[in-house]
Amino acid sequence: MTRPLVETRDLKKYFRTPRGWLHAVDGVNLTISRGQTLGVVGESGCGKSTLGRVILRLLEATGGEVLYDGENILTYKQDKMIEMRKKMQIIFQDPYASLNPRMSVSEIIAEPIKVCKTIAGRKAIEDKVYEMMDTVGLARRFVNTYPHELDGGRRQRIGIARALALDPEFIVCDEPVSALDVSIQAQILNLMMDLQEERGLTYMFVSHDLSVVKHISNDIAVMYLGQCVERTQSDELFDNPLHPYTQALLAAIPVPDLSARNRPQNIIRGEVTSPVNPKPGCRFAARCPKVRPECSVEDIGLKEVSPGHFVACILY
Amino acid sequence: MEERLLEIKDLHVEYVTDEARVFAVNGLDLTVNRGETVGLVGETGAGKTTTALSVMRLLPDLVGRITRGSIILDGIDITRATEADMRLIRGEAVSMIFQDPMTSLNPVMTIGEQIAEVLHLHEKYDTKEEVEHRVDEILRLVGLPPERKGEYPHQFSGGMKQRVVIAIALACEPKLLLADEPTTALDVTIQAQVLQMVRELKEKLNTAMLLITHDLGVVAQTCDRVGIMYAGEIVELGTAEQIFQKDERHHPYTVGLFGSIPDLTRKTRRLSPIEGLMPDPTDLPPGCRFHTRCPHRMPVCEVESPRPSYNGGHLIRCHIWDDRRCSQ
Repeated sequence: MTRPLVETRDLKKYFRTPRGWLHAVDGVNLTISRGQTLGVVGESGCGKSTLGRVILRLLEATGGEVLYDGENILTYKQDKMIEMRKKMQIIFQDPYASLNPRMSVSEIIAEPIKVCKTIAGRKAIEDKVYEMMDTVGLARRFVNTYPHELDGGRRQRIGIARALALDPEFIVCDEPVSALDVSIQAQILNLMMDLQEERGLTYMFVSHDLSVVKHISNDIAVMYLGQCVERTQSDELFDNPLHPYTQALLAAIPVPDLSARNRPQNIIRGEVTSPVNPKPGCRFAARCPKVRPECSVEDIGLKEVSPGHFVACILY
Repeated sequence: MEERLLEIKDLHVEYVTDEARVFAVNGLDLTVNRGETVGLVGETGAGKTTTALSVMRLLPDLVGRITRGSIILDGIDITRATEADMRLIRGEAVSMIFQDPMTSLNPVMTIGEQIAEVLHLHEKYDTKEEVEHRVDEILRLVGLPPERKGEYPHQFSGGMKQRVVIAIALACEPKLLLADEPTTALDVTIQAQVLQMVRELKEKLNTAMLLITHDLGVVAQTCDRVGIMYAGEIVELGTAEQIFQKDERHHPYTVGLFGSIPDLTRKTRRLSPIEGLMPDPTDLPPGCRFHTRCPHRMPVCEVESPRPSYNGGHLIRCHIWDDRRCSQ
């Protein structure tokens, strides 16, 4: 087994709030192999975006380790971290908010190159910008336009071009298609998968949309209130979901197929509890249909129940 | 027994601004029968919300106007009704659930007051006690504890706020409910709860519903009939069975929509999206509005607007399926 490109060990990120510590990411262990895609799914507030940002050190972790190619990058000093940033980039959720409205398309794509000084010379940078625009399928005539002149799909292509400008190895994709219409969403997903094949990219794909995640990912991690409750190969997760939360999540997806119409619905009751000062034990216990007294005694770690299938539940 | 509740005929809606005329709805025909759920599916800018706002007569003043067509709701032509009439119709005959529960509630009124407001306006009950009693009843109906009626919207979660919005819409038991993306802002597990509740309430109250959404999954789970909208027109309309049956005839846009969503049950390496973008509604292409993106484009599509062809109540507006053309 080869060494994973990215690995987190007991990664934690707490935020201080007036009511106590908010456990946004609470002891997450995951691995992403080179050239693969790890999908991270969960509902709003489960800490999936925070996880992506902590891995890139856009937010400083409260505890734990992030190993990139075997080295813990959380201990890196600033100058070494700038070097690292060339290898790891991010694509943001909202192409309407993540692009500076006062910069033209060429300035946006060239910015990371200028900051990291990977290419010198105006002509060389210009060539790189055009190359990136061709790569993401953005017509060259848009080079001097501003983001507000473009639609969501084209804006997201700019975001992808910006992320690729430094030729990174690893990209955190934070809900890259959820702000887009379905037909545009499919165009962007195809583009991202083509880029991965051509450039051997490694993705961490954060999304709340399970069908999109299943489509693009090799492995999937399901998160609930800051913790990873289940992690396995993508097909295995859909064929054989073990954690009661994963089962509930899969049952809740509306399927565009009439045969699923009259199936008995196992809809979980209640809502996500507060991530501020959570009680020990399984975070899902309050909503779980299979809850037992033991669930609320102590935190439950991920356990490998079959090769490559990890689940954090006392039932297994 | 199929009785027509809402009948929209040849509806045209425009938004006129200083810069341009936006053709939002262009000749829409749609009927909703009593107790029936009709889905209206399409992408951003297809004119779905404009259609709903026209039925409510809530188009923005001065800017938006109905230029042609009629909307008959329960025998009354809404396009000709006075504002005073509309005030009686809204809430009582037809009400609307807006997309975003976070912004459609009044932040400085308790949720109980907001529900009671509808009842007061329609003078449903004589005494305060009766109104309060009804508020409790409605809250229980949508699965909220009546004890919380004294709380303000910010004290509720997104899913609960959407229940409050639904409670307000149902307070006077309208015959028609317009639901504009009612679950888009919610998480999947909460969406499942809300959709199930809406289905149960519909059964109980026999309300007809026009459900506006871009999510084909939601449509499959809730709707009796489905209309697919593109650039202000209905390009395909049929029963849920007709629309979701893969080997039936379909409009190329419908095929594109289905090809764009990843299928959970099948393994496909690539999606087959629709090329290009939605046309600019200020400058719609001539002929078929979809011809600029259509993989089956023919010369006739660029000049002649396709007539609807029917096949057992299944409407498709496309030259390919126009039998009159085929037989020529």
